[in-house]
Amino acid sequence: MDLFEYQARDIFAKHDVPVLAGEVIETPEAAREVTERLGGRAVVKAQVKTGGRGKAGGVKLASDPADAVEKAGQILGMDIKGHTVQRVMLAQTADIAEEYYVSFLLDRTNRTFLAMASVEGGVEIEEVAATKPEALAKIPVDAIEGVTEAKAREIAEAAKFPAELIDQIANVLIKLWDVFIKEDALLVEVNPLVKTGEGKVIALDGKVSLDENADFRQPDHEALEAADNQSGAAAELEAAAKAKGLNYVKLDGQVGIIGNGAGLVMSTLDVVAYAGEKHSNVKPANFLDIGGGASAEVMANGLEIILGDPDVKSVFVNVFGGITACDAVANGIVQAMELLKSKGEDVNKPLVVRLDGNNAELGRKILTDAAHPLVQQVDTMDGAADKAAELAAK
Amino acid sequence: MAIFLNKESKVIVQGMTGSEGQKHTKRMLASGTNIVGGVNPRKAGTTVDFDGTEVPVFGGVKEAMEATGADVTVIFVPPKFSKDAVVEAIDAGIGLAVVITEGIAVHDTAYFWDYASQKGNKTRIVGPNCPGLITPGQSNAGIIPADITKPGRIGLVSKSGTLTYQMMYELRDIGFSTCVGIGGDPVIGTTHIDALKAFEADPETDLIVMIGEIGGDAEERAADFIKENVTKPVVGYVAGFTAPEGKTMGHAGAIVSGSSGTAEAKKEALEAAGVKVGKTPSETARLARERLNG
Repeated sequence: MDLFEYQARDIFAKHDVPVLAGEVIETPEAAREVTERLGGRAVVKAQVKTGGRGKAGGVKLASDPADAVEKAGQILGMDIKGHTVQRVMLAQTADIAEEYYVSFLLDRTNRTFLAMASVEGGVEIEEVAATKPEALAKIPVDAIEGVTEAKAREIAEAAKFPAELIDQIANVLIKLWDVFIKEDALLVEVNPLVKTGEGKVIALDGKVSLDENADFRQPDHEALEAADNQSGAAAELEAAAKAKGLNYVKLDGQVGIIGNGAGLVMSTLDVVAYAGEKHSNVKPANFLDIGGGASAEVMANGLEIILGDPDVKSVFVNVFGGITACDAVANGIVQAMELLKSKGEDVNKPLVVRLDGNNAELGRKILTDAAHPLVQQVDTMDGAADKAAELAAK
Repeated sequence: MAIFLNKESKVIVQGMTGSEGQKHTKRMLASGTNIVGGVNPRKAGTTVDFDGTEVPVFGGVKEAMEATGADVTVIFVPPKFSKDAVVEAIDAGIGLAVVITEGIAVHDTAYFWDYASQKGNKTRIVGPNCPGLITPGQSNAGIIPADITKPGRIGLVSKSGTLTYQMMYELRDIGFSTCVGIGGDPVIGTTHIDALKAFEADPETDLIVMIGEIGGDAEERAADFIKENVTKPVVGYVAGFTAPEGKTMGHAGAIVSGSSGTAEAKKEALEAAGVKVGKTPSETARLARERLNG
């Protein structure tokens, strides 16, 4: 999970990474008091989990408390690449002499961690990597050993930081490594890391991504996740699915998808998209993996989410019976339809079901016998995808 | 012969006494796996009955190996204890550790991978977040349903569980030498390349099916490896062409970040290495069939 900048700032502060004072607000009026506390001037920054907010007008300098209220008013509610700004952070202003870049991240390729550092910060680091790769130092960090004093100096020197700053940079790197390890982060990035006119090094803007699989030992992380109360239909559907323990991602098509196993569901989306090319270009409406079990309750929960998506015109249930045999899955579908009916849900969209694998014959017979008017079966994944796309295009 | 696992393999189960462990130990035994013990320090000295087969429980991996000669461990312990379980298996020096557990923190996996490397990689790690591996008719270490295919001459390596099953089922008339589910986490032990290397050397494998998905660059590196080192025909499939950027698609590792890790790039890399890549799982199965028959 990616954090908002203000959350990253707070986590940096918790681990003694030098940051500027800053506070987050949700109403323009609150900017007045905060700006006074910050010394009468502030940088007003939109809090959105996407890049390019500066170009979109989401960062403004406020010269006094009244100006801060006005600027906060301009930024709150703004749309930045599909993200509505719900909060702004007011931060102390800084006298910036130089802008640098440092980060720690997971290096999947080498199955270890990686430090990246550059004296050319303040711009997109991908751009530096592409146009001036020699300006971006990449140093592997051993998972067990971590960032020692010597390793921190090695990183700082590899990035060619000025000699008089090596001590400060090394210190910041050690603190950032603390953040990375102690918070179970997948990414800790500071861009820019600045040198002020007085020669002090400060983390001005940060990006932190946390590993949700580590939540069992990170009790504070739940509150950070809860702050991400994004509005909009897609976010609401995703939140509802998460509350039911479902693995769901909203997409922008018309064919609702339910399947078992992440790989098979991803594959189902692709196959539906190919089939859609022949049927008014309909596309998959979502990713939904109901996992190995496929019980009636899980199936009903999945259907409920998908039918709650107004964009959905047809539903494709694609299950391979492996550990759970197809007869159990078929019973799950039949019971799910009854369960939804008893809850007063209006199931009014056609379902195309493909069952294959263990006890496929038996599973298909159960669905045939149930003869639900909205359910039809197709025996192959490609054929079923085509049928679901055709129904969605009608 | 097969790869990594055969009928001589003596398998222990870490976490055998938990619900998942029990359920799948029973299934592994039913498919002919030689399960010689379970590990649970709190239940050491007891036995667990699986439909008449009494399986002894040991206090630790080392103890179980000394008593039974076990050379494979299948790990079902919950995520928060997985790191210690894998480290214990590495310390005991067991040859193969299959980590089924889903949801292990990446820092823990990076740690035990680093630990295994420092110990000279004497323990092959498969997973985590994987269905394990099966050599049909011989041994089954993990949760792959044994009855959907039969022994044969195709080697399969895959990041995805259900796509593995789908492919095993579609090509069940031909059958498989070994199927290896390497898992969908960002950091895994055994990679596509490790499996490709072993299948290339296995005289009982005639063709390799390789299934990948979005995220990371394992498929691209596998493509480079195939170009240089694999003489056997390889057929591929990649899932996730329609996945949006920045969203995790079920598997923790299945995420397109910026422009990297896309299905398109993986498909192109594989095709450039001479791998036939199917558009759908069924087409992939058809391509495999054609290569074997042609």
